[in-house]
Amino acid sequence: MNTKPLRFLRRGEIVTLPAVDPSRTLLEVLREDLHSCGTKEGCGEGDCGACTVVVAEADGDQLKYSAINSCIRLAHSIDGMALWTVEDIAPTLATSCAVLYRPMPEATTLLPVPPCAGRLGAAGISPEGAVPCLGRPGAAAIAPTSGNGVAALHPAQQAMVDCHGSQCGFCTPGFVMSLFGLYQNTVCKGDAISREGALAALSGNLCRCTGYRPILDAAQAMQALPLVRTNEADVLSNLKRIAHISRGLEADFSYMSPRTLAELLAQRARHPDAQLVAGCTDVGLWVTKMHRQFSQVLDLTQVAELRRVEDYPHHIAIGAAVTLTDAFAALVADRPHLAEFAHRFAGLPVRNSGTLGGNVANGSPIGDSMPLLIALGASVVLMRQSGKAMAHRELALEDLYTGYRQNVMARDEVLAWIKVPKAAPPETSRVYKISKRFEDDISAVCLAINLHIINGCVHKASVGAGGVAATPVRARQTEAALIGQPWTQATIDHAMAALRQEFAPISDMRASGAYRRTVLGNLLQRFWLEGQGTVLTDLRQLAPTGEGEVAR
Amino acid sequence: MSSQPLAPATPGAGAPSPLASGISQPHESAAAQVAGAATYVDDIPEVRGTLHAAPILSSVAHGRLLGVDARAARAMPGVVDLVLATDIPGDPMLAAFAGDEPVFARETVQHVGQVVGLVLARTVVQARRAARKVQLTIESLPAVLTVQDALKAQSYVLPPVFVRRGDANAALAGAPHRLDGTLEVGGQEHFYLEGQIAYVLPQEQNQWVVYSSTQHPGEVQHWVAHALGLDNHAVRVECRRMGGGFGGKETQAGHLAVWAAIAANKLRCPVKLRLDRDDDFMVTGKRHPFGYTYSAGFDGTGRLTALKLVMAVNCGFSADLSGPVADRAIFHTDNAYYLQHVDIASYRCKTHTQSHTAFRGFGGPQGVILIETLMGDIARQLRLDPLDVRLRNLYSDEAIPGTGEKRDTTHYGMPVEDNILAPLLSQLERTAQYRRGQEAVLAWNAANPIIKRGLAITPVKFGISFTATLFNQAGALVHVYTDGSVQVNHGGTEMGQGLNTKVAQIVADELGVPFGRVLCTASDTSKIPNASATAASAGTDLNGRAAQFAARHVRDNLAAFVCGLDGCGAGAIRFEGGRVISPATTRSFDDVVKMAYANRIQLWSDGFYRTPKIHYDKTTLTGRPFYYFAYGAACTEVAIDTLTGESRVLKVDILHDVGRSINPAIDIGQIEGGFVQGMGWLTTEQLVWNDQGLLTTHAPSTYKIPTAGDVPQHFKVDLWPEPNREDNVFGSKAVGEPPFMLAISVYEAIRDAIASVGDGRPVRLEAPATAENVLRALAG
Repeated sequence: MNTKPLRFLRRGEIVTLPAVDPSRTLLEVLREDLHSCGTKEGCGEGDCGACTVVVAEADGDQLKYSAINSCIRLAHSIDGMALWTVEDIAPTLATSCAVLYRPMPEATTLLPVPPCAGRLGAAGISPEGAVPCLGRPGAAAIAPTSGNGVAALHPAQQAMVDCHGSQCGFCTPGFVMSLFGLYQNTVCKGDAISREGALAALSGNLCRCTGYRPILDAAQAMQALPLVRTNEADVLSNLKRIAHISRGLEADFSYMSPRTLAELLAQRARHPDAQLVAGCTDVGLWVTKMHRQFSQVLDLTQVAELRRVEDYPHHIAIGAAVTLTDAFAALVADRPHLAEFAHRFAGLPVRNSGTLGGNVANGSPIGDSMPLLIALGASVVLMRQSGKAMAHRELALEDLYTGYRQNVMARDEVLAWIKVPKAAPPETSRVYKISKRFEDDISAVCLAINLHIINGCVHKASVGAGGVAATPVRARQTEAALIGQPWTQATIDHAMAALRQEFAPISDMRASGAYRRTVLGNLLQRFWLEGQGTVLTDLRQLAPTGEGEVAR
Repeated sequence: MSSQPLAPATPGAGAPSPLASGISQPHESAAAQVAGAATYVDDIPEVRGTLHAAPILSSVAHGRLLGVDARAARAMPGVVDLVLATDIPGDPMLAAFAGDEPVFARETVQHVGQVVGLVLARTVVQARRAARKVQLTIESLPAVLTVQDALKAQSYVLPPVFVRRGDANAALAGAPHRLDGTLEVGGQEHFYLEGQIAYVLPQEQNQWVVYSSTQHPGEVQHWVAHALGLDNHAVRVECRRMGGGFGGKETQAGHLAVWAAIAANKLRCPVKLRLDRDDDFMVTGKRHPFGYTYSAGFDGTGRLTALKLVMAVNCGFSADLSGPVADRAIFHTDNAYYLQHVDIASYRCKTHTQSHTAFRGFGGPQGVILIETLMGDIARQLRLDPLDVRLRNLYSDEAIPGTGEKRDTTHYGMPVEDNILAPLLSQLERTAQYRRGQEAVLAWNAANPIIKRGLAITPVKFGISFTATLFNQAGALVHVYTDGSVQVNHGGTEMGQGLNTKVAQIVADELGVPFGRVLCTASDTSKIPNASATAASAGTDLNGRAAQFAARHVRDNLAAFVCGLDGCGAGAIRFEGGRVISPATTRSFDDVVKMAYANRIQLWSDGFYRTPKIHYDKTTLTGRPFYYFAYGAACTEVAIDTLTGESRVLKVDILHDVGRSINPAIDIGQIEGGFVQGMGWLTTEQLVWNDQGLLTTHAPSTYKIPTAGDVPQHFKVDLWPEPNREDNVFGSKAVGEPPFMLAISVYEAIRDAIASVGDGRPVRLEAPATAENVLRALAG
């Protein structure tokens, strides 16, 4: 089978790799083929972030930057994008970054000129002097240094040095790239970085040495260093060049990345055995951990129609190629209380690669989005080619699954859309996740509850649960125990008993079946107490005792 | 929130200023690390013809290995060969202390994940794919999977050890109050970010170069030579840096190097073995899980009068370092407290699991945690404040009536001469506002039925020195080149802890040159022979001192030379700021070096150091195993959710003793990092073996170390402002391990929160305090 050349932009140049196997990961290509060993492999499953790199795609006349895990990302999936690794962001790399970094002529110097600035100027490229309105006055005192003959550093790198953010250094390239992604999406757009913003950006990076405090400091300190900005116009024009070179190559290669829905469905019909991927944050592990090899891959993440979130009067429709980051942003926009749950869904690099459609179609019993979507009454739209036209069918999400990672989809069908009803006034919804670690963990139990309470009576109830059966499920017996009942503690007690009865969860490394059962009920109690508003039930709302008094 | 570096401190006598030490120099590799330019073993350009290896693992916990069928594997693309036990040219047993561990499993397999052999292929992916196709025929045998079963079966890797002082039985019988109980404390995976790796290159005339990510190049050298049947001098081991060690690369790195060397020997080509993360979990040892059974007697003031303790140490299938780990647990059973009548039995249980090994604290944490839980439970039983009970039991100068002795000597007979526990705890009590915090916690808990808070201060006193006295020696080389630049090499290894940075600071100050003039190079067995592991927190104490001595020799040579030029006494020469100052004139260091070279003065030297004062009897565990103690204390506030058992750390205040800090930023980094690692051990990091002996938490998807979000915003570290009272390099103290145990304050704070809904009975909480374990403890 033909292999399409893989092309991406790096260090201002178009990299062309003629024969990359469809199962190879971006990290393998970087380390083994390009001998770029700055990017590290820590776990090979997207859980530690040592392999984090940043990719950018055109988003109108701007670039959209995403920190991603290169270890589970199939190399071909970045075709047509710009790529930065930890080796690519230092502003003095004249040979490599001249195209990407140029002095911005309108820049004015507000901060002390760093000692390295002279050298930067000599190379014809320099960081901007101005960092307007970033609000940490004292932080400007951190002066960039350039010791040990290493080239001057990007603020994300320099701040890590200044704040003592690296010890063994092995996780450091990944942290630096997560910081670089944060920098591009905040500082370069004139936004400030808060501690919360830093935590969100670093949620997919593990460090075993530092205890994180200096890295969080670095995340905030980098915004006070002289600004280094990517020359986006150059990158965008180069991305256009790649698109132009690649045009007309969307044939039946070993790695197919169709641009339109019609093309996707046609290729799906022609190649039902091709491995369909939509972000690859789980399928990537089949490659790195189970050593599966795919002779052909069908990647739907470039299908233009499916990269959209569409807004309708009573629902939103999330295309199967929409990343988890964007999909959750849309869900949170409608239901702000989902923000914490969204933050807890894997880490940012996984959310930036993975798609909601992939999570749903994959159907893992501990996939976190499905209990929520089931409770919200979501449906899925499956599409296939039918003659020269496209056929579709829509079904309730819970009806998609037939068994452990089994579903009703035909071989030529693709999950194209997820339709989520918008929040309506009588709705009270919550989703709870119990895991060993707060961030970036998989649920032992996930419970999503959506009630319509009218005049003190439960009018409608939908309850989704994860981690309790072979598939994500709807807790119909529990719903039955609630519907039509007065909204009282007695009803809750009754529903708790029903919920504990309804499932027979297994014991595994995440929790025992008994714990899962107990906690399922207790989460219903938490939902009730939250609704009453008289008792604090959220650990996250707590401040230490005496906080604020100490300062006085 | 962050801690402020200390003002520059004054180094040892005779050293000049301005100083490289005492200030927060960034890590010597920081600029390279953040640029992706720091080289780890897997980043070394591969030599032509390099083959990649992947391990063949046992899928059975205990069994007879009857056959290895590699036909399917050999047919896979890129596969070159297999190596098995039959391919070992030297001793089929590893050169480990106890000699009880086969290089590759032979007739029997003893844990799921034991390595039977390797598959060699052109690429790493090909090797890993093929290794899974190797069919092992194994006849299962009964497996011992828990310490309870091991105790019943008297299944030990080493004989039990007993330490006694006084008459614990009589004291227990006469005690006004007593507590009896059991405790289970889980193990811990190191989760160094860089997995285990070795790259072995055959050289001419049966000589070998090994690149190993190891804390102990000397042992890797010895093990490889032993397995290949060679003299040590034929093997050179190099390690520029590790991507984390934490004890996990003290012995475990040797296994990989030996395996790769056997393959390289058989195939006569370079071989690299890099473990996949899941394989690393399955193959390598972890922190020892412990089980305890105890009886404690105490009086109405909370003072402990008797302790009987049985420790069952889960050692896994072989001894490895379990003997000294279990010994250190005994040595730290007292933590900060005087034990008058004590009886400790330590059983080194053999189970059919990975062979557990060194991990930061090396048994110390498992000793300390038991007595800290006792302090908390005693306080709750007597309705006293737990801090008051802790203070009541501290080592002190108080005389013991009728004995002529004081409460100042450990149960192994070592006087605690440098005790700063009382003033240190008192200062932390004040700065962390502990008493006010306790009142606020009580008030909160009275008003809130679901979310409960807990608060605890726990101290640590940690003994510094290898308990194996012979390891307390070190060597270094300092080279001054004719341009005045300096290179230092020592027997220690860099794993992120900043050893090279501190050593360079020491050498810079000793020679009076700027920090940037001193370069630390890779650990290399051909430079410093017979070096001890970089372990026991002693890296800087040992290697820093050796490097100081080496630099001093060079300085003395230069001083004598300048004396000759200027006609003055050597004591009149000062080295500072890159200058050499004599009463007659001031010259640049570089000029003096050039002149000295022209006059045939030796510009390089070795240095050697051995720790003074230490000795102990290995059979009775009595004597002075430690040169000094490092101290610290932490005050931690937590909250728990009584509906789910989830917990959250809200606030941490630490006061820690590093002596006179050579590098405050690096020391604070060790304290914070150690604390967070300890917090992981006691909260989210749970190792789960199933009933077949399979470790089911074998990747970061299921084994959860702390993330940035687990660290409280209020995370404050202060350093105790007093130099080491013993003569240690630049007045500093070791810092690698002691802060780990500060995290026991998290565990005690969680138990405090659980107790708020109880009736004063002891809190039975197994470690780690996962949500499930907390909810179980809440149920009583």
